[in-house]
Amino acid sequence: MNLLIKGGRVIDPSQGIDANLDVLIADGVVLELGQGLAAPEGTPAIDASGLIVTPGLIDMHVHLRDPGLEYKEDIATGSRSAAAGGFTSVACMPNTSPVIDSKAIASYIINKAKSEALVNVFPIGCITKGGKGESLAEMGELKEAGCVAVSDDGKPVCNSELMRRALEYAKGIGIAVISHSEDLALVGEGVMNEGFVSTELGLKGIPWAAEDIAVAREVYLAEFAGAPVHIAHISTVGSARIIRNAKARGVKVTCETAPHYFTLTDEAVRGYETNAKMNPPLRSAADVEAMKAGLADGTIDAIATDHAPHHPDEKDVEFNVALNGIVGLETSLSLSLKLVEEGRLDLNQLVSLMSCTPAKILGLDRGTLKVGAVGDVTIIDPAKEWQVEAAKLESKSKNSPFLGWKMKGRAVYTVVKGQVVYQA
Amino acid sequence: MGFRHKDIIALKDLTKEEITLLLDTADSLSEINQRDIKKVPTLRGKTVINLFYEASTRTRTSFEIAAKRLSADAVNITASTSSVVKGETLSDTANNLLAMKPDIIVMRHAVSGAHEYLAKRVSCSVINAGDGAHEHPSQGLLDMLTMRQKFGKLDGLKVAIIGDITHSRVARSDIYGLTTMGSHVFLAGPPTMMPVGIERLGNVTVCKDMREAVDKADVVMMLRIQLERQGKTLLPSMREYSRYFGLNPEVLGLAKKNAIVMHPGPINRGVELASSVADCDQSAILTQVENGVAVRMAMLYHVCGGEPVE
Repeated sequence: MNLLIKGGRVIDPSQGIDANLDVLIADGVVLELGQGLAAPEGTPAIDASGLIVTPGLIDMHVHLRDPGLEYKEDIATGSRSAAAGGFTSVACMPNTSPVIDSKAIASYIINKAKSEALVNVFPIGCITKGGKGESLAEMGELKEAGCVAVSDDGKPVCNSELMRRALEYAKGIGIAVISHSEDLALVGEGVMNEGFVSTELGLKGIPWAAEDIAVAREVYLAEFAGAPVHIAHISTVGSARIIRNAKARGVKVTCETAPHYFTLTDEAVRGYETNAKMNPPLRSAADVEAMKAGLADGTIDAIATDHAPHHPDEKDVEFNVALNGIVGLETSLSLSLKLVEEGRLDLNQLVSLMSCTPAKILGLDRGTLKVGAVGDVTIIDPAKEWQVEAAKLESKSKNSPFLGWKMKGRAVYTVVKGQVVYQA
Repeated sequence: MGFRHKDIIALKDLTKEEITLLLDTADSLSEINQRDIKKVPTLRGKTVINLFYEASTRTRTSFEIAAKRLSADAVNITASTSSVVKGETLSDTANNLLAMKPDIIVMRHAVSGAHEYLAKRVSCSVINAGDGAHEHPSQGLLDMLTMRQKFGKLDGLKVAIIGDITHSRVARSDIYGLTTMGSHVFLAGPPTMMPVGIERLGNVTVCKDMREAVDKADVVMMLRIQLERQGKTLLPSMREYSRYFGLNPEVLGLAKKNAIVMHPGPINRGVELASSVADCDQSAILTQVENGVAVRMAMLYHVCGGEPVE
C-alpha cells in the first residue's frame, strides 16, 4: 500500500506533467510528487531512472469470459494478463454466459474480482435485456451494481428507435453507452475484409461500408438525442472521417481503436490464418493509416484491445468456422509504443489514449497521478526488447497474430493501489 | 523435370513447367481411356480416399475412375454436412482417415482454405477437388487440356469467362492456370458477381458487356449460375440474367469462327447457354468431361511420385 517510485520520467497529461520526479504512494493513494522525496523508513522503493512513470493504464474493452466461458479465460487469468501488459484497470464486456444484464451477474464479477483479480475490474452491462436487442436492460440497477458502461458488444442494437431510447435513458442516469457498430445485413456471411485478398482467397468479404453506415447512424442518433456515445473498435477510413466531422460540429462522440487495426492489414489473413480473424476484420493499408492519423489528431480517443481469448479448438479449424478475436492485453503497449517510435504519437498522447481518456469516458476516478488519486501506476521501459511467446503469455488463451514478433518497450512494473502486482 | 509437390491445392502454386508436365502426362494417359481394358498397374497398392463434403457427381466419379484405371484402391466418403455440423472437426476426421494409411486424400469442401488446412496436418498427399470459392485445380487443368488439344497451344489465346466470378472456384483456377500459360482472360458478368481486384490475378481484363469479352475470343467459358448460392440480392431474375449474360448463337457469332464453347457443368439450359449452343458443333463440354479423367489420372500419378506408366 506504500511505495516510493524514484527518479522516473513522470508523464501525466491529466495535470500537464512531463518531468523527472519521485512519486510517493501511501495507503494506496498518491501522497506526493516531487524531487528527492523522503519516505518513512521501510517504505518499499523502485528506482525508476531511465523509465517512464504513468497513471495506471486502462483497457476499456476486454473479454474476461467469466462467468460461463472460463475454459477460455477467467477473472484471475485475465487480470494477470492485464497486469503483465501494464494495465491496472480493465472494463469487461457483458457477452459472458449468462450475459451481464442484471445486478446479480455484475455483483458476481465485482465480488470475484475482489478476491481473485490483480487489477481493477469494472464490468460493462448490456444495453438490452439478454443482449438481444429487443428491450432496454435495467441500466439503473446495473450502474448501481458497479457497471461503468453499457454495451451489447459483439452485436449492434439494430433497432434505431431502441438505440435512441438507450442513449436518452443512459444519459439520464449517467452511464456511458458503447456501440458495436456494424450493419449486419451488409456483413452477411462475410468472414474477412472485402478486398483483393478476399477475392484471391475466395472468402466472403465484409465491406467497410458495413462499419461506416452503422457509425454514421450512432453519430446521428447521439446528435439527435443530445447524448454521448462511444464507438468501439473502429477500423475504417470512413469511421474516422465520420467521427472527426461529428466532433467538429460538437456531437458528443468518442471512439477507440485496437492495436491490431493500426498494425496489421488483411494481408495477415493469407494462409487462412485464423489468428488474424476478428470482427471488425483487419482492413487495408489505407485504413491502417487512417487509424494512425486518427490517433494522432485526437479523432480517436482511446486505444483498447478487445482482448478476446479463445480456446485452441475454436481457432484450429477451417477459416470460416473459426471464432473471431485475438488476445491483446500483453501486446497492446508495445504495439502502441511503436507509434511513438515512428513519430506518429508522443508519449503524452499515448498516455492519454491508454489511461486518462478511457478513465474520463467511463467516469472512473483514475487515469491520473494527482495528489489524493488512487495509487495505480504503470512503469514502462521503452527500450526493453522481448519476443511474444505463447508459453509466456499470462492469458489462458494464446490466440494472437503477434506470436513470434519481436517487440520493443513494455511495462516493467504494474502498481495497483500502491502495490506491485506485476514485475517483468 | 519431376513434380515436387506433395499436394495439389491451387493452380496459383504451379509453374508453367509444372502445368505443362501435368497436361503432357494427361495427354499420354488419355490413351488408356481408349483401350478395351482400361487399366494399368501404375498405382497398384495405393489407396485413394475421395472425401466429399459437398455434393458432386462428375468430379467424384471422375476421380474414382481415374484412381481405378491406375489400379489404386479408391474409397468414397460422402459427408452430407460440414465436419463441424457433424460434430467432428476436419482435423479429427483427417487423423482418423490417416490412421487407415491412405496415400492420397481427394477432398471437396465448402470452405475456402480447407485443403490448405488439411494438407498442413496430414502426411499423405492432398488433392483439391474444389474448396469454397477458392480453387478447383483439376477443373482448371481439364479446361486447359481441352483448349490445348483444340488450338495446339495456350500461349496467346483469348479466353472469355462469363458469369458469376465471385463465387466461382473454376474461374479462379482457370485464371491462374491460363494466365500462367500465356493466355489472356476476359471476364464479364453482373457487377454484383465481379469481385474486388480480380484483374490483379494475372493477365485479366474485366469487361462491362459480355459481347466485349466474347468478341474475337478463341474460347467462351460459361460459368454455372449457382442458384442455391445467389440468394435474392445478386440478380433481379434468371430471365434478365440469361438476356444479358446468356450465350446465344448471335453472341457466339462475335467469337472467332473456330471458337469453342465450354462449361464446367452442370448446365442450367436456357440460362447460361441456349440449348442450341450447348449442343452445337463448337461445344466442347463433353470433351471437358472426357479430359477430366485423364487430368485426374495425371494428378494422382504425379503426387505419388510419378512411377513409369506401363
